[in-house]
Amino acid sequence: MRDVYVAGIGITTFTRLEYPLSEIASYASMMALKDAGVTEVDQVYVANMGSPRVNHQTALASAVVDSLSLMPAGAAAIENGPASGASAIKAGFQAVASGMEDVVLVAGVERMREVNNLEATDFVATLTHPLAEYIYGVTLPAHAAMFTRMYMDRYGVTERHLAMVGVKNQNAALNNVWAHLQQEITLEGILDSPEAMTNNPYVAEPLRFFDACPVSDGGAALVLVSEEKARELGRPMIRITGVGQATDTHAVFEREDPTDLLAVRKAAKDAFAMAGLSPSDVDVAELHDAFTILEIVESEEVGFFPKGEGHIALEKGETALGGSIPINVGGGLKGRGHPVGATGVAQAWEIVTQLRGDGEARQVEGARIGFTCNFGGFGNNVVCLTFVRED
Amino acid sequence: MSVDLEKILRPVDTPMKPYEPKYMLLASGEAVVVRQVERDEIPDLLKHVEPLLHVERDFYDVVAARVYSELLAHYRHRYQDQYVLAVQIDGELAAIVNGRQVTPKLGMSLHTLALRRGLRVGAHAFAAKMEYHIDTLGHDEVLIVAESPIGFRRWMIEYKLEKRFDIPHELGGVPSWALTRELFDRARSSLVVGRRPVPDELLDKAMAAILPPSDPPTPPLDPLAATRSMYDPTATSLMAQRWEMEGRSADA
Repeated sequence: MRDVYVAGIGITTFTRLEYPLSEIASYASMMALKDAGVTEVDQVYVANMGSPRVNHQTALASAVVDSLSLMPAGAAAIENGPASGASAIKAGFQAVASGMEDVVLVAGVERMREVNNLEATDFVATLTHPLAEYIYGVTLPAHAAMFTRMYMDRYGVTERHLAMVGVKNQNAALNNVWAHLQQEITLEGILDSPEAMTNNPYVAEPLRFFDACPVSDGGAALVLVSEEKARELGRPMIRITGVGQATDTHAVFEREDPTDLLAVRKAAKDAFAMAGLSPSDVDVAELHDAFTILEIVESEEVGFFPKGEGHIALEKGETALGGSIPINVGGGLKGRGHPVGATGVAQAWEIVTQLRGDGEARQVEGARIGFTCNFGGFGNNVVCLTFVRED
Repeated sequence: MSVDLEKILRPVDTPMKPYEPKYMLLASGEAVVVRQVERDEIPDLLKHVEPLLHVERDFYDVVAARVYSELLAHYRHRYQDQYVLAVQIDGELAAIVNGRQVTPKLGMSLHTLALRRGLRVGAHAFAAKMEYHIDTLGHDEVLIVAESPIGFRRWMIEYKLEKRFDIPHELGGVPSWALTRELFDRARSSLVVGRRPVPDELLDKAMAAILPPSDPPTPPLDPLAATRSMYDPTATSLMAQRWEMEGRSADA
């Protein structure tokens, strides 16, 4: 198997974007292609979850290739729920690692704000089990709320811990010009003041408004290349060293213990094993904080902290910039936004930015090893990646 | 014999109890003061409303134009029984709300104009306005309309307003909705916040001057401009960019 490098990265502002999907993906892609210094690619993968339903557009990869004039490159769209982005990176990795392709463009894109919040929530909820969950009206906020309640009972996580994640990540986004939320929040304003319940009402108890990521539009892109091509291009040598993917039961109730995110655990374990790394080697991580509870739990399941102690590490500032394992320093999904198909690619974009030392105010000093966890479904399809800067 | 037309044209305002100022914390932790604006302060508001006439998004242009005319008419004594509340953060103008008394038992909400977004400033301002109508002026109900989808969600849906479609509202003649005292009481615990009295330091700062908003709504920019500028500063096509990267000129 050949080594695979990230030679170029690109991203759009995550916000409300009134552009065709393919155009959003194209802008991010052009940025990545220019960054890499390539004009031709062998294969294009476009990650997207909702275009047929939300945007009434299918065959998205063909549209992107045409928009970029990348013909006759191969092209395919990849839909794997909120894990579409990292799944597309995995496909690109496999294409280069196998020797089948030398240059692969991976783009992730979503335009969810074309519909109202109710429709967007319903669209995301279609990833749940159709007969055991969806028909009963379960949404992702509802899933996350039930999960959170169990976690609180089991491990002592409190609403304050959740709010601390929200404040950390939303305020981190202030250092990321591409991030959706550019509004500082404080614990006093969203939790402690007499007005907090109005400023930050329950969305699905115990989760409140500021515990959830925003609904965003946006795109992100990577250019993956072989080692030979990477050296020819002369960009920083950022290698994808580990890829892990795992699944769990579609319906959450079927799990022996719903508070165990086994797919996260296995995907991370496999990625670290493939890379020959351990969680303690990681300098900077991107975890899938669609809801604040998920950052805490994923930080345990991937091995950064023992089970049930993620919130304690949070309290100690271990996960903040300057801590032992900075998590979501670019805002995470909470602050950067969560255009679902783009998220996994945007996580990789942030890690590559960090490993290049281009993080500016949010830069983790001396970062060499990065990690991403892209969480699909409600933990039923998870992709983890490790990245290492080699030069 | 001359006739003093001003006596005919100028409406006679009904005395209305003043709004007692209050303050609250936003999600950002900033303290905001809601207070009644006197007539002689209206010019200070107008200069901050005028730029919003040119913001063609979320109906800011329509709302700002109407607010401007209402405030100006109030200042020049051409609007009867209007009141204006200002929301300020460290003196900085964050929102304006206004309304009027139709009868001693009926109020009419005019506008809610948020100049700071994303922190429920507009929602807090609207709640303060309803509090003034129901609690201070003693109105049984307030007639309301919305010009933007955001307003519709905030007022009609969150407060579960009742239809009064047989009454055309003064704003555009569209069918009215109504907040009754009962509806307001139901919303009180979740939507209406604020503390009294306002600490002297906060109130003094608010009363000292109405400062311009530091981050007012602006005309919509191309949200992809930042991305585009990374590779396309001349706004040429994607193809031209690709040629440039390949070392070819567009004329080749």
